[in-house]
Amino acid sequence: MTDPTVDETRARAFGLSPEEYGRVLEIMGRTPTLTELGVFSVMWSEHCSYKSSRVWLKQLPTKAPWVIHGPGENAGVVDIGGGLAAVFKMESHNHPSFIEPYQGAATGVGGILRDVFTMGARPIANLNALRFGRPDDRRTRRIVDGVVRGIGGYGNCVGVPTVGGEVNFHPAYDGNPLVNAMTVGIVRKDRIFLSAASGVGNPVVYVGSKTGRDGIHGATMASAEFGADAAEKRPTVQVGDPFTEKLLIEACLELMETDAVVAIQDMGAAGLTSSSVEMAGKGGVGIELDLDAVPQREAGMTAYEMMLSESQERMLMVLRPDRTEAARSIFAKWELDFAVVGRLTDTGRIVVRHRDSVEADIPLAPLAEKAPLYHRPTTETPKQPILNAHRVENRLGLREALLKLIACPDLCSRSWIWDQYDSTIGGQTVKRPGAADAAVVRIDGLARALALTTDVTPRYCAADAEAGGCQAVAEAWRNLTAVGARPLAITDNLNFGNPEKPEVMGQFAAAIRGMSAACRALDFPVVSGNVSLYNETEGRSILPTPAIGGLGVLDDGARAVGIALAPWLDLVLIGVTKGWLGQSLWLREIAGREHGAPPPVNLNDERKAGDFVRAQIAVGTVRACHDVSDGGLLVALAEMAMAGNTGLRLSSGPPDVPLHAFWFGEDQGRYVLAVPDAANVIRQAEAAGIAAMRLGHSGGQDLTVPDGGTISVGALRAAHERFFPAWMDGAA
Amino acid sequence: MRSAVVVFPGINRERDMAIALAASSGRPPRMLWHTETDLTGLDLVVLPGGFSYGDYLRCGAMAAQSPVMRSVSAFARRGGYVLGVCNGFQILTEAGILPGALLRNAGLRFLSRDCYLRVERADTVFANNYQRGQVFRSPMAHGDGNYYADEATLDWLEGENLVAFRYASATGALTPEANLNGSARGIAGLYSRNLRVLGLMPHPENRVDPLLGGADGKPLFDALTAAFAPARP
Repeated sequence: MTDPTVDETRARAFGLSPEEYGRVLEIMGRTPTLTELGVFSVMWSEHCSYKSSRVWLKQLPTKAPWVIHGPGENAGVVDIGGGLAAVFKMESHNHPSFIEPYQGAATGVGGILRDVFTMGARPIANLNALRFGRPDDRRTRRIVDGVVRGIGGYGNCVGVPTVGGEVNFHPAYDGNPLVNAMTVGIVRKDRIFLSAASGVGNPVVYVGSKTGRDGIHGATMASAEFGADAAEKRPTVQVGDPFTEKLLIEACLELMETDAVVAIQDMGAAGLTSSSVEMAGKGGVGIELDLDAVPQREAGMTAYEMMLSESQERMLMVLRPDRTEAARSIFAKWELDFAVVGRLTDTGRIVVRHRDSVEADIPLAPLAEKAPLYHRPTTETPKQPILNAHRVENRLGLREALLKLIACPDLCSRSWIWDQYDSTIGGQTVKRPGAADAAVVRIDGLARALALTTDVTPRYCAADAEAGGCQAVAEAWRNLTAVGARPLAITDNLNFGNPEKPEVMGQFAAAIRGMSAACRALDFPVVSGNVSLYNETEGRSILPTPAIGGLGVLDDGARAVGIALAPWLDLVLIGVTKGWLGQSLWLREIAGREHGAPPPVNLNDERKAGDFVRAQIAVGTVRACHDVSDGGLLVALAEMAMAGNTGLRLSSGPPDVPLHAFWFGEDQGRYVLAVPDAANVIRQAEAAGIAAMRLGHSGGQDLTVPDGGTISVGALRAAHERFFPAWMDGAA
Repeated sequence: MRSAVVVFPGINRERDMAIALAASSGRPPRMLWHTETDLTGLDLVVLPGGFSYGDYLRCGAMAAQSPVMRSVSAFARRGGYVLGVCNGFQILTEAGILPGALLRNAGLRFLSRDCYLRVERADTVFANNYQRGQVFRSPMAHGDGNYYADEATLDWLEGENLVAFRYASATGALTPEANLNGSARGIAGLYSRNLRVLGLMPHPENRVDPLLGGADGKPLFDALTAAFAPARP
């Protein structure tokens, strides 16, 4: 079989622009082979090269004394004390999850797990951030069902608890759902494994599943918009095998107990190509691959197909030659393929051989250094006016508005979803989904625990990406604080539309500015991340969605507080309430419009209030704590009441703020604390220059609101839990 | 107590089980790879939860054929004590050590939540720290926990009083709502005829620490520990 012609037309079909193809010719000094063109096209795809985002990503703060490895490794690594480090990252699997929801989501979980155990860490928790289209779009229900089953199917089987996440609905995600998966692992600080290859002559070893024809050009697919032909791209979606992944985790961690591994990387997007190119490139060595030695699932695969396959559950390692046989026996025990497929060289080139011919021979330095880098044009999104709460008409009483809000798809109970995720496996889950603002997972054998959360409010980002980017980071910090944890670092998953559109690139740049400001002010650096662009279907972009995965630490997991209210406690609000209705869920769900500037975050106040709340939790004053976010104060209180099955009675708010704006406004930087003695906490807060007020007290079985309305906790819960089961049964 | 936890490829709650066993007995169990066959000197063999062989083919079907299971069957026949939880319960039914089968949950979805278990008899080595009729809370996490057996077998199980636990409400009522996975007669756990083999779907091993939601599962492991404590002179 002769290769098809390689020319500018084929390069374009592979996603390379004429200018980019010109660079390929310049580097190669000849027409590349089909395999070589494939290697360039995936390495230079948006997904692998970050060519549109790199110039902006550099602005993000990535350093702190506790950061061990920032962006650039397979995942971020932070010191959590006791000689241990947390390894974590979030990654998108958006495009595949629209095409094939179950497998798209499942393989998203599988991929992010590999990024973490590749560094020697045992995965201890999974989280996710999901965005779906309108519930009444006929495709949405099938996508939600498939994505939830896929996340559960994979995570449950590999035995890593899924402990947290968030879900939103918005018409902007019709036809382009977002599936962002996060994994957190634990490793000994002195046993972290990296991907830079070294040692000329060292064997390159392939382990895990066999290579098939699945997922070829998946990275390229993820770097383009969807047209009406999206369904035809189904063959580019990979199929996950969590059983093999589980064996791979155990085998790799067993091998990593020895001194056999020099370097290791998972085969994720662009499979064998990106793993071999990146490992050799980072180590400044060359690499030779013999594709005849690659374990293959199908007969007759070409070099091009093998280099671009995205078959799942595969890893590439460089081993010490004298440890290769010991390593082989570990993989034999776990019944996984193990093959020496190449060796490191001193040529600085990647040379790929197949059936006695050289199918690719590319210099590695220019492949990396001459990769395209774009300063794409940006335009700013026009600012929206600040809504005056006094001028927003209010038709519903607090009781009716609350019942409507807590039942809406964006605020209703997610237990239908959580119930399908194993959240207790591992025997360390201190706070399960819904129990607290952040999930809390203890470290086996220690008192220490990690707090974990995922956050972003896309409607804020759409109205003002800078304010929204800042808010997303601040909310993650706040959620970790609300359980009593010390926030350490974040991973980000930046989901945006087509970067070639100046307004989308403007959103991206603004979100980075906002995130950077918050990261700096809160000492909360970015240590890993992923960019997903071209989230558009038929020319319509998603809401800008910079999802933040936050990680914090508690020295004693037993001190973590949840949101569940107990009877006979005072309720104290920390933070300033002006009654910000712009972009609030009240405005959207009750007044029927998405309008206005989003609530700003005062980073100085944020830090002060958070540090105060954390200190109060540390000394044991706080019995329950909940940050005030989507839906505002009354929704936060209702959530606390439902979680604790305890009623509460509220006093009137300040006279200068309209009733609905006080109780449903989404002013930032606020927490509700349940404490035995409000006066004491308020006195301390005021002494520290922090706004604090008593809201009421807990007890009984009813929620009594200041305008006289009363709702039983049972009625609240019935409304809160209705949506998902009814929708899935076809009744909603 | 000298215990061993059997590890099949794809098992994933073996460490949770080891934590619970060690917490009660002060002695970590032996971890037994599925190719091992020597069970000499053991008081208790545990088949933990997970997805042995990925649950491909049928939950527990392939693990039931592995070398260690021939030894476990012989161990049980000789009167050895065996505990199978979740996938372990499925393996016990697939191996024919306990009757019946575990089908897909009635709602056809994986269920991870707390359930309430009513103790149906307390005069066994596993349950003698509970009272008959007592209700305790336990996490469950499975897609295939819907216990099935034909009517004659179910009647026989009831007649022989071999039902260990049933899904119940918090107050001990046997209601359809409390029977989360649709199990026949609400059966969550089952004894062998000699009361030395216990299979159950929920995970008492994930409820042995108040910090993690409660310690309702700990009495089961404490009872085993007490039963196999070295006799005092």
